[in-house]
Amino acid sequence: MPQRILVLLAHPVRRRSRANAALTAAARQVDGVRLHDLYEAYPDFLIDVEAEQALLLEHDVIVFQHPVYWYSSPAILKEWQDLVLEHGFAFGREGTALAGKSLLSAVTAGGGEAAYGPEGMNRHSLEEFLRPFEATARLCRMRWLPPFILHGTYLLEQPTLERHAAEYAALLERLRETVEA
Amino acid sequence: MGESLLAQAFVYLLAAVAAVPIAKRLGLGSVLGYLLAGVAIGPFGLHLAGDAGEVMHFAEFGVVMMLFLVGLELRPARLWAMRGPVLGVGGLQVGLTALAVGAIGLAFGYDWRMALAAGLILAMSSTAIALQILAERGLLKTGGGETTFAVLLFQDVSVIPILTVLPLLAFTAATGGAAHHEGWITTLPPWGQAIAVLGAVAAVVFGGRLLTRPVFRLIAETRLREVFTASALLLVVGIALLMEAVGLSPALGAFLGGVVLADSEFRHELEGDIEPFKGLLLGLFFLSVGAGIDFAQVAAAPLTVAGLVVLLVLVKAAVLAGLGLAARRPRTEVLLTALVLSQGGEFAFVLLAFATQNGVLPAAEASLLVSVVALSMTVTPLLMMAYGRLADRLADADLPPEPDAIEPQGSVIIAGFGRFGQIVGRLLMAQGHPVTVLDHDMETIEALRRFGFRVFYGDASRLDLLQAAGAAEAALVVVATDAPETTLSIIGTVRRHFPQAKVLARAIDRVHAYAVMEAGADAMVRETFGSALELGVEALRRLGLPAYEAERAGRLFRRHDLRTLHRLAALRGDDGRYSLAVREASKQLVGVLERDQARGRVTIDEGWDTSGLVEEVRRQTAEG
Repeated sequence: MPQRILVLLAHPVRRRSRANAALTAAARQVDGVRLHDLYEAYPDFLIDVEAEQALLLEHDVIVFQHPVYWYSSPAILKEWQDLVLEHGFAFGREGTALAGKSLLSAVTAGGGEAAYGPEGMNRHSLEEFLRPFEATARLCRMRWLPPFILHGTYLLEQPTLERHAAEYAALLERLRETVEA
Repeated sequence: MGESLLAQAFVYLLAAVAAVPIAKRLGLGSVLGYLLAGVAIGPFGLHLAGDAGEVMHFAEFGVVMMLFLVGLELRPARLWAMRGPVLGVGGLQVGLTALAVGAIGLAFGYDWRMALAAGLILAMSSTAIALQILAERGLLKTGGGETTFAVLLFQDVSVIPILTVLPLLAFTAATGGAAHHEGWITTLPPWGQAIAVLGAVAAVVFGGRLLTRPVFRLIAETRLREVFTASALLLVVGIALLMEAVGLSPALGAFLGGVVLADSEFRHELEGDIEPFKGLLLGLFFLSVGAGIDFAQVAAAPLTVAGLVVLLVLVKAAVLAGLGLAARRPRTEVLLTALVLSQGGEFAFVLLAFATQNGVLPAAEASLLVSVVALSMTVTPLLMMAYGRLADRLADADLPPEPDAIEPQGSVIIAGFGRFGQIVGRLLMAQGHPVTVLDHDMETIEALRRFGFRVFYGDASRLDLLQAAGAAEAALVVVATDAPETTLSIIGTVRRHFPQAKVLARAIDRVHAYAVMEAGADAMVRETFGSALELGVEALRRLGLPAYEAERAGRLFRRHDLRTLHRLAALRGDDGRYSLAVREASKQLVGVLERDQARGRVTIDEGWDTSGLVEEVRRQTAEG
């Protein structure tokens, strides 16, 4: 049975996004992927917890797709985590609703890969910066998938961007078909 | 007697019910419908109406009620603010019209006294016709509407001095018939009369202020609707009688009574009770004017009568137009005032009778003038049919040139630019969207054009106006008018003729919201919901709730209410017409309150609630 994929998109100004727009367009082409634009659904940040939890239950793979802002996600995704991943639902003794599902971070960063090296401006790699998400997955008994990272989007040429977008689509397709134990 | 009264009532009601809807459908307006129906049942039509003069005398009370209602809408402070236009435009209109008509009379070789008397009498315009037409077209609150009202108010006041002056213009001794306003008052010396008049006015003002409230409260407590209606009628009739007793105009007295009660908590109830009577009586009044036109006299000298009617309308319109232009008012406003006040008034009938009795005018001339005044009343609705087009053309010529057309892609039309539409429009303009505004207030329009808005003058429910404004290319039509039925009709028109445009609408309340959705609006907002919610949030904050929690409580409540709105749609009656569905409002309120109760008290919303986590950690610590 194909895995059901939920992409939670968090970009506050989609009109100015290039990389995320390309990724979103690619994801839209993949059958069985449900795109959920958080800023579009909750312009007032008033997240409907019940509806979001129901949505999580209907899917097997959850994708956080967003640009990297201050080494983390845009604000609404944090708000979403704070409210939706409730104790007793996502974690805690009774909180097993997400157990066995997979979590994928798909992020875009303006700076190049070198900036995230040990000698670079940011000192740590993006994998390191994504540790809080990894920990979140673990606390929720979810499987943490190797993140999809798109570096250097400020200077990315259109053809290169499209190639990466295609890779993203291929990754989603693979996730849809493979049921990992 | 009873039978003939019923038969008469049947004839008049039938005429009204048959003629008015047809006239409205044909775009003639209700006033012309009544007048034509009156002609049809009159002695020169089907011969069904009895004594039209008698009926008219009774129906004139409709004018009294109308003025009472107008007064209710006008708080004393507002009336005081209008004193300038009332004395200025009103005084000049009466004075200049009287002089102009008098001069024409002199030119025809009449004695100066007769000419002046006719001038004073014909300077009056018809409150009934003018206000009815303005109300029907929603023009009462525009600049032109207010000027019109100011003039009518002055005319009402000036009836009193005219009644005093007329006998002095007599060229023969009074014919002995009872003077119109004769009563015990005329037996008093002049200072006594003055005291009586002042006393009557004071009685209305102070009685209205101090007595009516406790009395109405007592009556309201009986919970007998008809007793309240009866007391409302009693109040108006009483004021009218008191005014008549001291020789003042009953209409003026009723107006004063209305103003005094404009602040009272019973205002809306009084309005609701008097309104239907006013409507019926005014209709009856128009019918009796139609029935009373003496076509025998018209047929005897058709050219004279027609000429006099044309002359009267021209002179009255010209005086008002001249005044308006001299004051540099916008030209559409001037046109409106000039046309809507161009007829002779119902006071003219009274004054003509009075003048004949006092030997001021010979009977033949007076009855000729009665026909002329009645016919001039029928001319006004006809002129008003031309008004829309003329005003459009004038507005186009008058206004500063339209700003250069901006890229029309994503263009927006806003119908109605009052308190609501302005906010929508300013936000859109601030974001750089081209906005086209439809409104009928000239002063607003002029200001808007100066700031780069495209503005069209007129009634936004008209298809041709929407077309001219570019509705066929618009992405959005925002319906922000404040009249519920107009809003629905605009939504319907846009849906039918410009299906590409999304329609966003302002709904008045819950019940109207359903009607708006059913009419096909893509989205709607209840006009007071957002601001009431904001105030509620502010109240929560004052009660000690931290800012963010209060804000969130407000937003959660908004979500709850919107869901309730959609779920309660099932509660609606089958008849979608808003005007008929108002009684539903209370039914809806009950449903809403029930759902609020089911939701329970939201002391703290679930967000960020750590109590479960705390308990689990405690248990673990205890176990560990």
